Amino acid sequence: MKIIIIGNGISGITAARYIRKLSDHEITVISSESAHHYSRPALMYMYMGHMRYVDTKPYEDHFWTKNRISLLQDHVTEIDYQQKTLSTKGLNAPMPYDKLIIAVGSMPNKFGWPGQDLKGVGGFYSLQDLEQIEAYSKGLKRAVVVGGGLIGIELAEMYHSRHIPVTMIVRESSYWENVLPAEESAMITRHIQSRGIDLRLGVNLGEIIDDGSGTACAVTVKETGERIDCGYVGLTAGVRPNVDWLKSSDLHIEKGIVVNHHLETSIPDVYAIGDCAQITEPVSGRRAIEAVWYTGRMMGQTVAKNICGVTTAYDPGIWFNSAKFIDIEYQVYGDVPTNPVDGISSIYWEHPDGEQSVRILYRSDTQVVTGFNLMGIRFRHEVCEKWLRDQATIEAVMSRLELAHFDPEFYQRHYEDIMAVYRQQTGSSITAKPSRGLNRVLQFLKA
Amino acid sequence: MSQVYKSLSIANPDTLSWSPLQKLTSAIGIAGLTILIAATFGVTFPNATAWLIASLGLMTVGVVSFSYVTYLQQPAGIKNNNIWHDRISSRGISAWVAGVAITAFYIVLYQYPQVLGLGSDGAANTGLVALFDPLSQWIKGVPASQWFVYGTLYTLAIIIFGIRYIWKYRHNKYQVLRTISVMFFQTGFAFLIPELMEGLNKSTYNKWFDKDMKNMWPLDYDFFFDWHWEGMISNGSIGLFMLILGIAMIFFISPLLTYLYGKRWYCSWVCGCGGLAETAGDPFRQLSDKSLKAWKIERWVIHLVLVFVTIMTIAVLYTQMGNNPEQYWLTRDMFAIGISILLLGVIGLVYYLKDKHPDLQQDAGKIIMGVLAVIVAILLINYFIGSGNAFFIDAYSLRSAYGFYIGAIFSGIIGVGFYPLMGSRVWCRYGCPMAGLLGLQQKFFSRFRITTNGGQCISCGNCSTYCEMGIDVRSYAQKGQNIVRASCVGCGVCAAVCPRGVLRLENGSDDIYEKTLDIRVDGVRLSE
Ligand SMILES: Cc1cc2nc3c(=O)[nH]c(=O)nc-3n(C[C@H](O)[C@H](O)[C@H](O)COP(=O)(O)OP(=O)(O)OC[C@H]3O[C@@H](n4cnc5c(N)ncnc54)[C@H](O)[C@@H]3O)c2cc1C
Ligand code: SF4
Ligand code: SF4
Repeated sequence: MKIIIIGNGISGITAARYIRKLSDHEITVISSESAHHYSRPALMYMYMGHMRYVDTKPYEDHFWTKNRISLLQDHVTEIDYQQKTLSTKGLNAPMPYDKLIIAVGSMPNKFGWPGQDLKGVGGFYSLQDLEQIEAYSKGLKRAVVVGGGLIGIELAEMYHSRHIPVTMIVRESSYWENVLPAEESAMITRHIQSRGIDLRLGVNLGEIIDDGSGTACAVTVKETGERIDCGYVGLTAGVRPNVDWLKSSDLHIEKGIVVNHHLETSIPDVYAIGDCAQITEPVSGRRAIEAVWYTGRMMGQTVAKNICGVTTAYDPGIWFNSAKFIDIEYQVYGDVPTNPVDGISSIYWEHPDGEQSVRILYRSDTQVVTGFNLMGIRFRHEVCEKWLRDQATIEAVMSRLELAHFDPEFYQRHYEDIMAVYRQQTGSSITAKPSRGLNRVLQFLKA
Repeated sequence: MSQVYKSLSIANPDTLSWSPLQKLTSAIGIAGLTILIAATFGVTFPNATAWLIASLGLMTVGVVSFSYVTYLQQPAGIKNNNIWHDRISSRGISAWVAGVAITAFYIVLYQYPQVLGLGSDGAANTGLVALFDPLSQWIKGVPASQWFVYGTLYTLAIIIFGIRYIWKYRHNKYQVLRTISVMFFQTGFAFLIPELMEGLNKSTYNKWFDKDMKNMWPLDYDFFFDWHWEGMISNGSIGLFMLILGIAMIFFISPLLTYLYGKRWYCSWVCGCGGLAETAGDPFRQLSDKSLKAWKIERWVIHLVLVFVTIMTIAVLYTQMGNNPEQYWLTRDMFAIGISILLLGVIGLVYYLKDKHPDLQQDAGKIIMGVLAVIVAILLINYFIGSGNAFFIDAYSLRSAYGFYIGAIFSGIIGVGFYPLMGSRVWCRYGCPMAGLLGLQQKFFSRFRITTNGGQCISCGNCSTYCEMGIDVRSYAQKGQNIVRASCVGCGVCAAVCPRGVLRLENGSDDIYEKTLDIRVDGVRLSE
C-alpha cells in the first residue's frame, strides 16, 4: 500500500513514524516548506541565536532513509480524489496514492486590514516568514506586532533580543485575557511592560501605510488615529486552517477539514490531522480545532493506527498546554476558565514578587479538582493528570500538593503558603501529608 | 525553495557586535592577559610583584565587569541570546585563534616548560614563571614552577568565570550552588591547601605526593605508582591519611555518592576538570557534537581509556610488589589473586543484576564482563607461570605511554585546547577514565536520572543544543522517557534552558532497575 502524507509538521511526521512502526507500507511525505521535519515552536530561537536551523531538527537526516520514509520537498497543487492521484509543482505526472493523509497545518489570520499585503508585512508561521523577518531586521528602527497571544509575544521577544524597539497592538485590555484568568493576565501584562516593550492594550490596527514604493512604513491605531512609524509589521492575530487551496473539491470543509473520530474525512481513504483538521464531535470540554503541537502528535499516532488496521478513536485525554512569556513559564492542566464560573471555586496564590502563581480550580459542590494553572512554577504532568482523571478532591490535592513539585532542586517550595491561602479561604484546617521526593511520586502514580 | 532554509542554517548571517561597555571591559581583561603573553615571550618585568598583581587584577576586573554589564544589568533568566551570532561561541575566527593559542600553551606547558622560563638545574626562573616567583615565595617559600603558574591561572579562571556563571544563572539555585561548590573545591582543595602544606613541609619536599584530597584514581592515575606510594608512606600521618582517604574514596565514598546522586556529585560539583569546563568553558557548551556517530565514538574511546588505565595500574602494582612475603606482606601472588577475586566479584554483580536490569542485558553488560574476564584470565595465567610483568609487557612503558598520551595530550592539550571548537567537555566525554567508571555505575546502579514531564516537550532542541556532553536529550524528552545516560554529568543546564519545564534531575530508589523504560511513549497517553 502506498501512503502519501502532505505536510512534514509534527502531525504528518508522527503519522509517518507510527505507520512505519506498525507496518511495511510505502510512505512518502511531501512538504513544501522544508526538506526535513523541524520544530516549528523553535522558530524564535533561530532568530534569537539560541539555535541554528540544524539544531531544531528532531531527527538526524539519516533517520528517514533508515526508516524507509521518502521525503519530497514540493508543493501539492491539486488532488484528484476519483483517480486517487495528486499533482505537485515539481512533478510532471500525477502521483498515485492508496491512502492520503492531509496534514497541512495553519496559516496566519489576516482580517482585511488596509495595507496587509504590502512588502514589509507578514505573519510568523514558517521558515520563509522567518527568512523575511530576518531580511527586514537589518537597521530596523521599530517593528510593530499586531495581535497578542502566544505567537505575538514570541515575535516581540525576538525583536527585543536584538535591541529592536517593538510596539504591540493588542485588542484585549489585558494580555491574553481571552485565555488566562484575570490575575495571570495582569501578571503577564506587567512582565511584558517591565521588559520595555511598548504594549498598547485595548486597541486595534487601523491601517498599514504605504511609503509610496509598496512597502510598509507605518501603522495607525484605529481608536486614536495615532501613527506609529515602523519598518516591519508582524501579523500575529491567530491562525486558521490552511485549507483555502482545497476548497474547490468535494472534500467537506468548514473552518477546517471535517473529520470523524477516526480522523477520516468525507472522502474514503483520505484522512486529515493536526492544525488543519476539524473534529465533528469533540470529546466534552474540547474544541473542534486545537492548533497545538500536542494534539497534532496524538492525531498522528491515532491516524497511523487506523490506517494500519488498529481501529482507534481520537481521544486527546485531559487538556494540557505550556508556553513561555519572555521569562515566565506557563503550564495548564485541565479546565481553567477565563472568568469566574458559577459552581467552580478557585484557590489562587501569587508570590509577592508577582512573577509566580498557582491556581487550582474545583467544583464547589463535589469538591472535585478540575484544573491547574501555573505561572513561573513547574508542576508534574503525570501527577496533575492523575488527580484530574481520578477526580481527586481539593483536600486530597492540597494535602499532597508537593507530589506535583517539578521545579529544579534547591528551588524554594511554596506549598505551605498555597495551603495557607486554601485554609484562609475555606476555613479548612488540613495539614500537609509527607509528599516530598521521587519515591513518593512513583508510589502515588502506581497506586 | 531549497536555499531558503539553507541560509537559515547560520541563523543570522551578520555576526553580533558587542556594546561599547562590553568592548571596554573585555579590553581590560585582554590587557591583563597581554602582560602574561609578553612575559612568555621574554619581556623581563622589573618589579615582578607589581606586574603580577596588575596582570591578575586586570584579568579579574575585566571578566567580572564584562559579566556585570552582560548579565547582572539584565533581568534574571535564560541568557542564550545571540550565542550562535557571536564569533567566539560559534566557531568563528576568534574561536579558532583562541583554540590554537590554548593548545599551544598546553604543548609548551607539558613538553617545553623552559619556553615559559622555568630555570633548569638550579638556575633562576625567567619569563612567565619568574613573574609568578613572588606569589610562590609568599605562599610556600620556594620559586615558582610551571605547574604553580598553571595552577594559579587555572584557579583564577574558575573563580572569575565562576562569578560570570553565577550571575548568568542567578535565577537558578541549583546552578548557583553547584558553581560555588566547584569554585570552593578548586580554590581550597586543589590549590591553597596543597600549596600551603608544601610550604609547611619543606623538609620532605623531595618525596612529593598529591595533597589534593578530592583527587582520586583513576583520574589521578599515578596514585598507585611507587614514587607516589613512597611519598605518602614517608610523610607521617598526613601521608597515611591521604593514602587511606584515597582508597576509601575509590571503594566506598565514591560508589556511595554515585549511587545516591549520580556522577554529578563529582563531575559537576567537585572535580577541577569539570570545574573549568563549567565556568571558563560555559560559552562553548553548545559546540558539542550531538550526532549518533559521535555517541558511538565516545563509548568506544572512553571505555578503552578506562580499560587502559586499569591494565596499566594493575601492571604497575604487580611489578612493584615483591615475591618474598618476608619483605613485604603483599606479594605478587596475593595481589594477582586478590584483584582477580575483586574483578570476579564485579562480574558476579553484573550477572546478578542482569535479569532485573533491561539495559544490562544488552551489549554493555556483556562487554563489561568480557573485558574483566580477560583481565582476570591474564592475571591468573601470570600467577601460574610467575612472570615478572603482569600483562607480559613492561609496566614502565605502559605507564609512561599513559601519562603522555592520556594524561598530557588528551586531558590537557585536546581537553582544554579544543574548548572553542568541540565544546567544553571533550576530555570528560571522550577521555576521562573517572567519568567512564562513574558513568557505568550511574547507568546501572544509581538512583539518579532526568525525568521528563509527561507530554509537554515541543521538540525544540534547546536541551540537546546546550548539553555539553553532546547527549541528544530531546530524543528522550519527546518520547516521554527518562534520560539515563552514562555520560550525563548532571550539570542541570538542559533542565534550565527548557522553555516548557520538561526536565528535572532527580534521585529515587523505587524504580532503580526500570528507570529507563518508556513512561509515556512519544509523550502521548492514548486510551486504548
Ligand atoms: C511561532 C510558533 C510557535 C508555536 N509554539 C507552540 C508551542 O509552544 N506549543 C504548541 O503546542 N504549539 C505551538 N505552535 C503551534 C504548533 O506549531 C502547530 O500546532 C503545529 O506545528 C501544527 O502541526 P501540523 O503538523 O498540523 O502542521 P504544520 O506544522 O503547519 O505543518 C504543515 C506543513 O505542510 C506544508 N504544506 C502546507 N500545504 C502544503 C501543500 N499544498 N503542499 C505541500 N506542503 C504543504 C507546510 O509547508 C508545512 O510545512 C506554534 C506555532 C508557531 C507558528
Ligand atoms: S543531559 Fe542535561 S544534566 Fe546531563 S550533562 Fe547534558 S545538559 Fe547536563
Ligand atoms: S525537553 Fe524542553 S528543551 Fe528539550 S526539546 Fe523538549 S521542550 Fe525543548
